[in-house]
Order: sequence, then C-alpha cells, then structure tokens
Amino acid sequence: MEYFNIFVKSIFIDNMIFAFFLGMCSYLAVSKTVKTSLGLGVAVTFVLLITVPVNYLIDKYLLSPGALAWISPSLASVDLSFLSLILFIAVIAAIVQIVEMVIEKYSPALYNALGIFLPLIAVNCAVLGGSLFMQQRGYANIGEVTCFALGSGIGWLLAIVGIAAIRERLRYSAIPPALKGVGITFIITGLMGIAFMSFMGIKL
Amino acid sequence: MKIFDLIKLPFNKNNPVTVQVLGICSCLAVTAQLKPAVVMALSVTVVVALANLIISLLRNTIPPRIRIIVQLVVVSTLVILVNQILMAFVYDVSKQLSVYVGLIITNCIVMGRLEAFAMSHKPMESLLDGIGNGLGYGVILVILGFVRELFGSGTLWGYPVMEKLGLYKIGYENNGFIIMAPMALILVGIIIWIQRSRNKDLCE
Repeated sequence: MEYFNIFVKSIFIDNMIFAFFLGMCSYLAVSKTVKTSLGLGVAVTFVLLITVPVNYLIDKYLLSPGALAWISPSLASVDLSFLSLILFIAVIAAIVQIVEMVIEKYSPALYNALGIFLPLIAVNCAVLGGSLFMQQRGYANIGEVTCFALGSGIGWLLAIVGIAAIRERLRYSAIPPALKGVGITFIITGLMGIAFMSFMGIKL
Repeated sequence: MKIFDLIKLPFNKNNPVTVQVLGICSCLAVTAQLKPAVVMALSVTVVVALANLIISLLRNTIPPRIRIIVQLVVVSTLVILVNQILMAFVYDVSKQLSVYVGLIITNCIVMGRLEAFAMSHKPMESLLDGIGNGLGYGVILVILGFVRELFGSGTLWGYPVMEKLGLYKIGYENNGFIIMAPMALILVGIIIWIQRSRNKDLCE
C-alpha cells in the first residue's frame, strides 16, 4: 500500500511541473503538438525510471555518511556526500548515452520516434531533480524509489501532453498579440496547476 | 557587438527568462520570498559568468563530440563550490533553496549561454555576457520575489511592511494564494504580457 501511495502522490500531488516547476524548459519548447510531446514524455519517464534507482544505490553504498563501511570498517567515518551532484549528473549523462545506443540497436522504430529528444534529456532538470528529491526525502528502500521515479515521470508526461492538447486548440482562438505563444502558455499552466492543487491532502 | 550591449541587452530585449524562455524552473520555485530570490540570482550570475569564462578559455581545446560532458563537469564543479559556500555562510537560505542550488547545473541559461556564446567568443566578452545574462535573470527573480513576498506574506526581506503600515487593522488580509506554485506561473505570464506590449517586435 505504501508503494501505491508514493506512486499516486508523485503523479498528482508532488507533480514535477505543477508543484516544483522541473523540466519547464523542454515543457515549453516541445509542447506544440501532442505527438512530439508524448514522445518526450515517454523518454523522460523511461530515463527517470532507470537513473533514479541507480543513483539511489550510488548514494546508499558510496556517498552518504558512513556508506563505505561495507568495504572495510576503517572507512566508516568517510562522508562523500558533497560529491553527489557531480556523480549524479555523470550517471545521468552516461545512462542517457547507453539507453540511446541500446534503443538504436534493438528498436530502430522507437529510436526514430524519440530521436532528437533522447540526448536532450541529460540536461532536463526533471531528471536531475528526481535524483535530488530522492536523496532529500530519504525513501526506505529501492521499491519505494522506483515507484517515486515512475510516478514522477508519468506526472510529467500527463502535464506535457495536457498542455500540448490545449495549445493545439489555442491556435484558433483570439489572443491579444502580446500574450500569444509563451505568455498564454504560462498562464494556462498556472490554471492547470490550480486544478492539480485540488488533489492536495489525498492519502491512500 | 558593442561591449556595453552584452550587459544591457539581457535586461530587456534579450532577457533570458521572458524572451529566451530559459531557466524557468528555478525562477518560479525560489521566489516565494525576496531573500532566497536574491541569493539565487547572485549564485546563478556567479556560475554563468565563471562557466562562460572557463569554457571560453578552453574552447579551442575541447573536442566537439564530448563538449556537453566537458561543460557539465565545469558547471557542476562551480555549482558544488557555490553550494558549499552557501551552506557555510547562509545556512537557512541554503535550506530554503533545497534542491534548486544543485539544479543550477541543468539550468538552461547556463548551458544555453555556453553553447550559444562562450564556445565561439573571446574570454572577456564571454565573461561580460555571463554577467549580463545572470543579472537579466536576477531582475525577473527580484521582481517576482518582491511581488510575491509583499502581497503573499506582507513582509519584505522578513520585515513586516504591511503590519507597520497598519493595514491589518483596517481589514487588509494577505493573499496566501500568491505564494502557491500556480500563481508564480501566472505572474511570469503577466510580466511577459507587459514586456511584449511595450516592445511590439518581441511578439510572436
């Protein structure tokens, strides 16, 4: 039940876009059509699902204070947590590269669909943000971390597909010229955020 | 391009937040109060300026294929330094900023300026471009922080302005909604709207 709770919470209540504004840059740049935004959303979910658990293991067994004790007891006082930023981003960049190569080899169709988005994900703040929140919130085990990663990814996917659908319709509406494009997208994202706020306080 | 323009343009015609639409995530998340907004603006300015300078010095020796990872390493080193300095001198603010200091690494302004400017310009110009863009980002942060703290909690830099003015006695109430996440998005939308109606050539 705890797993399901974390999963639902990270989709609706702690939504990456509406509650923490993570990944806004690609959210604004790529949300012009539903099709491309769906591709990016799937790719981000996929990368989050792999990088967050890997970074959790790195954090648990290498970086956090006393984590090195499993190598030898004399290392129990070592605290490497200041290295977490650089190691997390290196892991993300490496995994994005590996995922890109694996997909290219085994599923060229998916590779073509995701194509340009995959390398960009390395610098998507939602992905690094996922790892940093994982470190900050102190999840109990790898199962919870995986649920959190999957939930955050799906939350981001829902947000970007939603805004893309709205923007496709907006093209035909009369908007003041100064508000067209980015301006109205911000305001609509704000309104969607208000709608998502109604999920606050739900506990399963 | 004139040297002076490098500093001046990012404030209005080429503002990183409202015109280039970069670095939105942190811009929205840290501006519920003025103090963290100012600290964040200074941290980003320092990181962008120094990263621009270092990458510009190295630009002829970096192999193009691995430039992203080189840039990431330079930026994450700078961000780790900034993070440690913040934790040492302004611990309470660094707690408030939480993951968003680490997320300067994937702040699109930093990567965007490195790719678009520092890789092809001389060190001195790149340094000025970094300072200009950092400050242009800072201006938006300070405006948002000012509005949100003044109307959301009735204080400025922790000083109870509204109470000293005696507004509570005559029935004024804080607008708690303005501190919430969605309101930040709507405020940025309004800033973009105002800016674009003053500069018609920025409209889409």
